[in-house]
Amino acid sequence: MEIKVVKDILGANDQIAGKNRQLFDSNKVFVVNVMASPGAGKTSVIMQTIQRLKGKTRVGVVEGDISSSLDAEAISKEDVPVVQINTGGECHLDANMTASALGDLPLKDIDLLLIENVGNLVCPAEFALGEDIKVLISSTPEGDDKPFKYPLMFHQADAVLINKIDLLPYLKFDVDAFSKTIKGINRKVKIFPVSCTTGEGIEEWVSWLLGQMKKK
Amino acid sequence: MHELAITQSMLDLVLKQAEEAEAEKVEKINLVLGEMTGVVGRCLQFYFDFLSKGTPAEGATLNFKVIPTTARCRNCHKEFELGEFDWTCPHCQGNNMEIIGGKELFVESIEVE
Repeated sequence: MEIKVVKDILGANDQIAGKNRQLFDSNKVFVVNVMASPGAGKTSVIMQTIQRLKGKTRVGVVEGDISSSLDAEAISKEDVPVVQINTGGECHLDANMTASALGDLPLKDIDLLLIENVGNLVCPAEFALGEDIKVLISSTPEGDDKPFKYPLMFHQADAVLINKIDLLPYLKFDVDAFSKTIKGINRKVKIFPVSCTTGEGIEEWVSWLLGQMKKK
Repeated sequence: MHELAITQSMLDLVLKQAEEAEAEKVEKINLVLGEMTGVVGRCLQFYFDFLSKGTPAEGATLNFKVIPTTARCRNCHKEFELGEFDWTCPHCQGNNMEIIGGKELFVESIEVE
């Protein structure tokens, strides 16, 4: 006997993500799922963002890593609430892991929650966490062919930060071609060339982010 | 690597459906996988054989329908499969397109006894 099912395999994750979203909304928290490959500069972008928003917006951070709390320790120096999730081998955060970390955060005192996902351009794309926007950081040394290799990630992103643009003179990275490729399959995406070393472009990214928060 | 979590979710879903139908055994699971998801069928099969042991789905056959990454050109409205390193419309060379296939990840049906 054949039974018609037609149900999303990750429906259970999506349900929990929906509950997270309700919790965020009721506490008026704007949530960003920050994704990138390892070493693209997720933690650096988060630190730059916190520094620019000091005194303007109350930021909280969730750090997702397979192991270690190095990133959480670095961020706690910025004097913001931070929770570390160690996935214990899983290559991505999921809605349930995120939910389990929320009890340790003072959500009522947070306006903007930055969730740093595990460094990986494949798996995190599939798992909603309850975020308002997805931000992808792609750094210039990784090469400008990444959208072709990880289309889902680039297709879903609300914003792409091209990090490490201070290295452009030494690399064959075509910013225009890269941006055109992404925009071809993702009409809504905003692209910000930035450098966490020189600070270039960070202001534009942060003011766009503040604009998105106001829209909510 | 995300196949482990995806297989567990798939198995949970299948077992629930089988229980609701009061089935004793799941013979076959028909899955639809979009190419864009990067989910590898043989990984799914490997984890499935391991995770389904001792459940009514043990020994079930996984059948995959793979959907290629497909786009519709916003300029000439024709549909085409995305090339590996070329994302322009093969009909009008436009590069403004809507992705219409390739993101699927669902259980279409199960065959039970």
